[in-house]
Amino acid sequence: MTVLSIANLKIHFDTIDGTAKVLDDVCLSVNEAEVVGLVGETGCGKSVTAKTILGSLPMPPGKVPDGKILFFCDDLLKLNKHDRHRVMSEKMSYIPQDPMTSLNPVFTVGEQMGDLIRWQGRRRVGPLEFLGLRRGRHNAVAKAVKLLDRVEIPAPKEIVRRYPIELSGGMRQRVLIAMALIGRPSLLIADEPTTALDVTIQKGVLTLIEEKVEEEELSVLYITHNLGVARRLCNRVYVMYGGAIAETAKTKDLLRDPIHPYTCGLISSIPKLTGDEFKGIDGRIPDYIDPPTGCRFHPRCPQLMPICGQEKPELIEVKDDHLVACHLFSRGGGR
Amino acid sequence: MYMVLVLFGVSLLIFFLARVMPGDPARLALGPEATQEQVASLRHKLGLDRPLYTQYYVFLRGLFKGELGMSLITKRDVFKDLIQRLPATLELVMTAMLIAILGGIPLGVLSALHKDRTIDQISRIFAFAGVSFPRFWIGIMFQIAFAYILGLLPITGRISGDPPTRITGLYLLDSLIARDFPAFVDSFKHLLLPSLTLSLSPLAQITRITRANMIEQLRKDYSIVMRTIGMPEVVNIYKYMLKNAFTSTLTVIGLLTGWMIGNAFVIEQVFSWPGMARYGVNSVLRNDFNAVVGVTLVIAVGYVVINLIVDLLYGYLDPRIRLKR
Ligand SMILES: Nc1ncnc2c1ncn2[C@@H]1O[C@H](COP(=O)(O)OP(=O)(O)OP(=O)(O)O)[C@@H](O)[C@H]1O
Ligand SMILES: [Mg+2]
Repeated sequence: MTVLSIANLKIHFDTIDGTAKVLDDVCLSVNEAEVVGLVGETGCGKSVTAKTILGSLPMPPGKVPDGKILFFCDDLLKLNKHDRHRVMSEKMSYIPQDPMTSLNPVFTVGEQMGDLIRWQGRRRVGPLEFLGLRRGRHNAVAKAVKLLDRVEIPAPKEIVRRYPIELSGGMRQRVLIAMALIGRPSLLIADEPTTALDVTIQKGVLTLIEEKVEEEELSVLYITHNLGVARRLCNRVYVMYGGAIAETAKTKDLLRDPIHPYTCGLISSIPKLTGDEFKGIDGRIPDYIDPPTGCRFHPRCPQLMPICGQEKPELIEVKDDHLVACHLFSRGGGR
Repeated sequence: MYMVLVLFGVSLLIFFLARVMPGDPARLALGPEATQEQVASLRHKLGLDRPLYTQYYVFLRGLFKGELGMSLITKRDVFKDLIQRLPATLELVMTAMLIAILGGIPLGVLSALHKDRTIDQISRIFAFAGVSFPRFWIGIMFQIAFAYILGLLPITGRISGDPPTRITGLYLLDSLIARDFPAFVDSFKHLLLPSLTLSLSPLAQITRITRANMIEQLRKDYSIVMRTIGMPEVVNIYKYMLKNAFTSTLTVIGLLTGWMIGNAFVIEQVFSWPGMARYGVNSVLRNDFNAVVGVTLVIAVGYVVINLIVDLLYGYLDPRIRLKR
């Protein structure tokens, strides 16, 4: 069953210099109990995609000129504010990218987690509960300790009494991961959750997510720029370039047999421990205010053809479950 | 310790400023009919013929004994005058501050949540009005509307009958302690208009500051993240964001309380409120130097105490300040 399906999503931002056309016809879907990776270099629009799904993109300056986001049967972009918040807090969860600014500095970790545990997804909270005059607080903190223990934070009983500024970036990141695992979401959107963590802890977190996927049929949209992590965790991967999906396939197929020139470059740019020469992709991510015409990758593409600067390639299926947006493979294209 | 130093400096400054005020207090007190000898003898009695440093020494010695020197107007020790009038001003200022906080913060939050919509526009107009209309004019308008036309509230004074047995000097509190319920209601009615008038400008300022701080909080990453992972809106706004927003509003509240003490005299004048601020202004006009020094000293102590409270609250509200120490 499809949990999330995004079709032709466009996102623009109004800036002083003009309209930044960041997302350009993003199509993406996540099935039940599936882990889907979203990879791409920095600034390609991964976080913007995540925030749009979650409805946390500030609008204005952001706007959605076109597109559809289906979550189960709801078109999220058409729901009103309250319904959307309800759907989101009941069925979605989120690990934000920046652990330094994502925790409220004037409340202890235990207080923030405790309130989430007790009240997550509720619309109203009674005044007595609000003032902490009802029981339940204690249990909530105990549960917070348990959750923190699962993300391998040392001395979780201490941590719940600490303020975020007393924690390191990696610890905050794990607090945020623990927070995201409160409740039973259907979809977890994780925005580079392990970037600030060292390899052993990263492994623990990935295992934890895998367990959740198996036990609770959780679906995950996992944003990363680390193809190694994607290989380990994801069933399918979307490669994003300049605000559009360049290629998508099963992780194995994509890594073994990439066909979009950008994906090929991305894979060959992974530094290898064997000390082979490091090959990158020349050039930089496009300017969104005045993006290249046609395929946004064409100024950097090693296999440039005349048509690339004129027409935007469509995302088409070239093999089983392997879609690519490149004129090399489109009808009447090169091959 | 720091506070004691501040107060010492303030006392020095006030003392000498009051002594160099133009006009001879003895002459003013006795009137134009008095002879040269009478004036000279009063000057001697007040110690005005002695050198300034001796006068200051005498003043400081008196201070430790709870004496501030005789007032030329009431012919009593200024300390006694102040003790008698201070509670009235305190009651007025505290009630006004309470109204300003209880009104300003919710209004600020509402305006922030409904930024640029009707509620916000109304509160904006209200805020401009609150800051810009002169207080004496508002006071008189209130008197005309509520007291004169509607007859709901008394026009002036603190209480209609006898005041309740004096314990704190705050009529609301004293009448409660004495379980004199009618006196409580009566003094409350008297208090309502003056404190409302005094609270308007601070209320407007607190509304604007709270609005600005809340708008900032609404944009913060952590507020957005909390909302996204399913914290109910009520809790996220009124617990998490408001605590952050209030921390920066607190400084302003402290400053405004000081401002109120300093500006209470207009209100006390309009409502014949027997408070300290009115007493202070009268003594300045009549060059009653001991009284001027006394009132200024009390206001200075007030500022210092308020600052201390604000600092303590700050530490309590914001762990970043507490943990740095
Ligand atoms: N509020 C905004 N106003 C204008 N432009 C924005 C806004 N938010 C994001 N952008 C632009 O959208 C583009 C994509 O940003 P995004 O945060 O999605 O990148 P990302 O793929 O998550 O990168 P990273 O890997 O560094 O997190 C960037 O060029 C950014 O400048
Ligand atoms: Mg990002």
